[in-house]
Amino acid sequence: MQKEQTMINSQAPFRGLGGRKIKNNIFFYTVCILSGITMLPLFFILYELLKKGYKQFNLSLFTEVAPTSMDAMLAKMSGSDIPGGVLNGITGGLLMIGLAILIAIPVGIFVGIYLSEHAESAFAGIVRYLTDLIQGTPSIVIGIIAYAWIVKPLHSYSALAGSVALAIMMLPLVIRSTEETLKLLPVSLKEAGLALGASYTNVIFKVMLPSAFGGLFTGILLAVSRVMGETAPLMLTALGASAINWNIHRPTSAIPLLIWEFYNDPNLIDMIWSSSLLLLLLILTLNLIAKQVANKWRIQ
Amino acid sequence: MKDKIFKFLLFFAACSILLLTAGVIYTLVGQALGTFQYFGFFGFITSSEWDPRAGQENYGALAFITGTVITSLLALLFCIPFSFPVALFTGEYFRGKKIASMVGSVVNLLAGIPSIVYGLWGFYTLRPLIVSLGLSDQGFGILTASLVLAIMIIPYASSLSSEFLSMVPNDLKEGAYSLGATRLEVISTVSFPVASSGILSAYILALGRALGETMAVTMLIGNTNNIPRSLTDTGNTMASIIANQFGEAGGLKLSSLIAIGLLLFLITAIINSIAKLTMKRINP
Repeated sequence: MQKEQTMINSQAPFRGLGGRKIKNNIFFYTVCILSGITMLPLFFILYELLKKGYKQFNLSLFTEVAPTSMDAMLAKMSGSDIPGGVLNGITGGLLMIGLAILIAIPVGIFVGIYLSEHAESAFAGIVRYLTDLIQGTPSIVIGIIAYAWIVKPLHSYSALAGSVALAIMMLPLVIRSTEETLKLLPVSLKEAGLALGASYTNVIFKVMLPSAFGGLFTGILLAVSRVMGETAPLMLTALGASAINWNIHRPTSAIPLLIWEFYNDPNLIDMIWSSSLLLLLLILTLNLIAKQVANKWRIQ
Repeated sequence: MKDKIFKFLLFFAACSILLLTAGVIYTLVGQALGTFQYFGFFGFITSSEWDPRAGQENYGALAFITGTVITSLLALLFCIPFSFPVALFTGEYFRGKKIASMVGSVVNLLAGIPSIVYGLWGFYTLRPLIVSLGLSDQGFGILTASLVLAIMIIPYASSLSSEFLSMVPNDLKEGAYSLGATRLEVISTVSFPVASSGILSAYILALGRALGETMAVTMLIGNTNNIPRSLTDTGNTMASIIANQFGEAGGLKLSSLIAIGLLLFLITAIINSIAKLTMKRINP
């Protein structure tokens, strides 16, 4: 009897209470504390940008182009604030991201539809794998590609090359979000449309896509917010420009490119904080809107 | 008829992904060929020389490959003690609760911060800290770059791990609870082992992210073309050498930089494929 008891005890996975409860609690609180610490960098970064950038964060940031190094030096010597803003970056960003949206979204949605319609086929599996491959490709490599495809043959850095790079980066995100959203739709929806005699095209465009609108829109917003802060691929493609440029064949600036220019110019260094603050606020807002849209349009 | 055209268009769009990938590989290989022919493939990746002086040009990628591998692995190491607790917090302890989605959102917003802003923060906040700790004179180097990289990849590692932890079937956990296990014991004997290959794939994907990060690393690593000898030594990664020298490059140097880009593409492709395979084994 005694022997049997000890055998059970030595085999039972969770013996006695002893220090187990204490260990359990210590682990739990460690997890909570470390999770709390992990949230800090976001607030540190926001705090630093706000503290150093709020002085320059004014209307002229939105209405004036970036100052030249000379103007900034003169302003510094006379003790006044650096004049100018990042208007050329805002317009350049709008131009390039707008163009990238025009390229990436139709293709991305079509590929997403194909993948969700042919979920099981081997070809779709390959396309899915390659989509993930492109998504994992470092942005600087995509910059090299756009350089080789657009900048080199046309002999000029251009907004077009920048938007091709951004479009390649957006494409996988749009494809995957389209596919995931369409897969969540009940099959009965599609069948009902077909049963009513609607053509396949009409079912996709008038039933499936409108029902999936929320998911698609969220995916697009997230794709835009991802490329909005990209610097590296634009350095190799759009290069940057000191004036507002709407010509897609000319070098163009964007806010991240301007931050990089300011960072490398001792006279303009004070401008980095307000422009970074603006960029971060734009991206965080887009992210929050995307989350709201996703919650509101969630497929039941 | 309309349907046929539409279906063809869908197929054509899917093919464009094939064309895009083929184009990317063709372009990178084509542009890098000059360097591989001049130095030989193995000669290029085993030499740590980087001498752009005209007449005695000599390029090798070894210093940058080691720089990339060391910074990324260190970043992965530094990120585990923070991303894993976040995953447990959101995917196990407070799964489905409001506080979990709050913590998850805040950590995920870290992924939205642009690389260049991380670079500025590292330059003006972290670097002075490292200098005042006496770790190095200038504060640039492998350690500074890896610390910032670690923060950048936390959201990628934690959100996916959390998803896999929350997918662990409840009846398995309840079985352990009914045997008298504490929460910690349930985590260490049930949740973690069941979710382990998913968590592994999450960390491999995070490593893939770290390998390709450009701007923040460029601003913090010190940009010297040598193999780093210690944690506080300066160096260069594959991405940072491209970002630094692409603009002024031509001829053999440009080809060498693109060759480095090709290597970086191959390394990230392999790492991501491994992550995919690991994930497929649990999610067939």
